[in-house]
Amino acid sequence: MTATAAIAAPVPESPLIEVRELRQWFPVGGGLLRRGDVVRAVDDVSFSIAKGEVLGLVGESGSGKSTLGRAILRMSTPTSGQILFEGRDVTKLGRRALRPLRPRMQFIFQDPFASLNPRMTVRQIVGAPLLIQRPELDGAARDARIGEVLRTVGLSLHYAGRYPHEFSGGQRQRIGIARALILEPAFLVADEPVSALDVSIQAQIVNLLIDIRKELGVAMLFISHDLAVVGHLCDRVAVMYLGRIVEIAPTRALFRRPRHPYTEALFSAVPVPDPTIRRERIILKGDIPSPLAPPSGCAFRGRCRYALPECASAVPPLRQVDGGHWTRCIRDDLKLGRSL
Amino acid sequence: MTTAAALAPLERDLATTGNRAWRRFRRHRLALFGIVAIVLMVLASIVGPWLIPFDQLKIDIRHRFAPPPWGGHLFGTDQLGRDLLVRLLMAGRISLAIGFLAMIVSTAFGTLVGITAGYYGGAIRIVLMRFVDAMLCFPSIFLLLILAAFIQPSVTTITLIIAATSWMEVARVVEAQVRSLRERDFILAAEMIGAPGRYVMFRELLPNAIGPIVVAATLTVARAVLMEAYVSFLGYGIQAPMASWGNMLNNAQQYLGSAPWLAIFPGLMITLSVASFNFVGDGLRDALDARFDVK
Repeated sequence: MTATAAIAAPVPESPLIEVRELRQWFPVGGGLLRRGDVVRAVDDVSFSIAKGEVLGLVGESGSGKSTLGRAILRMSTPTSGQILFEGRDVTKLGRRALRPLRPRMQFIFQDPFASLNPRMTVRQIVGAPLLIQRPELDGAARDARIGEVLRTVGLSLHYAGRYPHEFSGGQRQRIGIARALILEPAFLVADEPVSALDVSIQAQIVNLLIDIRKELGVAMLFISHDLAVVGHLCDRVAVMYLGRIVEIAPTRALFRRPRHPYTEALFSAVPVPDPTIRRERIILKGDIPSPLAPPSGCAFRGRCRYALPECASAVPPLRQVDGGHWTRCIRDDLKLGRSL
Repeated sequence: MTTAAALAPLERDLATTGNRAWRRFRRHRLALFGIVAIVLMVLASIVGPWLIPFDQLKIDIRHRFAPPPWGGHLFGTDQLGRDLLVRLLMAGRISLAIGFLAMIVSTAFGTLVGITAGYYGGAIRIVLMRFVDAMLCFPSIFLLLILAAFIQPSVTTITLIIAATSWMEVARVVEAQVRSLRERDFILAAEMIGAPGRYVMFRELLPNAIGPIVVAATLTVARAVLMEAYVSFLGYGIQAPMASWGNMLNNAQQYLGSAPWLAIFPGLMITLSVASFNFVGDGLRDALDARFDVK
């Protein structure tokens, strides 16, 4: 089944990044003599992202979104599978070999308070990538570039001498984005870049990211648990559940008609700002199962209201239901809706 | 959204952080006393001997064992008639210099070991930190005495020997701090831009470990002064006719009954300096502890 999943993953022409059957397992417990268990944080994930494309990655806490995002940028070493970046296999590259590739791929952190060194000024933080990757630049050239990228994110060189604690959450996130952009990457992983911010600030940062993709044409993996934000920003959306992608589709197709019961449940959880609308909310029973001991067959079946006995027999493969629309649900007869 | 709107006036600046630490430090009375005492001792040791009309080596047999304050000898004289105050201040130069130099050497070395162990982790950490544990298990006074017995004693060698037995505390403090910082997002961010290890260690991690390092360094000075006194008292340290507080005590013990001032003044100096550095260390620990910072 894994082989089919690899082939089955929708592949747009000339992908910038291609992930094949990626697994990131973490050993837990265990000692000198006893073998511990394994957490399958990311299990058999395949997809690709084209140049300039924005892929949304949604799922609830613990579904493996962040682990996947970090593994793709090689902040960890995957257990198995392949990551191809611009056609080159980067799965097993060491720290040194990755260094020349780092300017091409960057990360935006979730927590703008933890991701900036409290002892460095904005100039040092944003300029650090230049210092390391472009040591040939002199101070003036570096400052010019820092000013340029700060303007891109809506700040100015005027604030370059200040320390992170002098800024608000939204401003700090802009600083983090500036650091990610200064080397002009082709690919960004944004790990819930707005979920730590006030709602009023979230829209500003999302709009900033939209502007950035328009102006710079950078491809993005946008990790979020907020479907509304994802619908606003992304070309395609992948839905993750317990380490696997359960549905992947162009945003419009997914929003028009979700094909996996889990996606439907996610949609029904999005609040609608109109108290007169009555709609059925799908309340999922129980918690996400433990990734230590995932249920047999479809991992979602225990919480799925459409589950059949067959769902327990084998992990459902990703199957194509429409052009570019893939789902891991075996039921083709469902008329799933969304109330967004 | 305009830049001006996004950047509302910012009231706080870095100075407040420093001010807050200074305010907390100031509240620590003993630490303030310690700072004043240290500054006075250092200044007196540097300038004092020039202001006193006696040479520290000038033997004056006629005025042996002059009790203080006899004929201009404010603190009296010793068994050779040498002025005790001048000797005390000259000894202060040696003892305090050894204290500070040993602190610098051991802090630098301990920081290097700690940051390497904390940053690389794994086998490197295990080897380095077990070495630290082994060094701590060894009674350092004996190590000091054994080393001192084999090596020609001089200011340099005594300093290095003391440093060799007092870098472990700093190494432990730095290792613990670095290990807790290691997994923070801003360190991951540095890794993501392809920063080499030495950049991450010295530009990103070290500035965030400065607080605990300063505290440990201050306490190391106190320890080094005490150890120098100890070694010199036992006769393995600074050799006569050069004076240090330790060998002045050694010298004084024969005349404890007849000329107690020979023991009292060096003893007071050792106590005062060690206590002062400890007070300052405690004050700094409280002042720099970020837990008291209102985030």
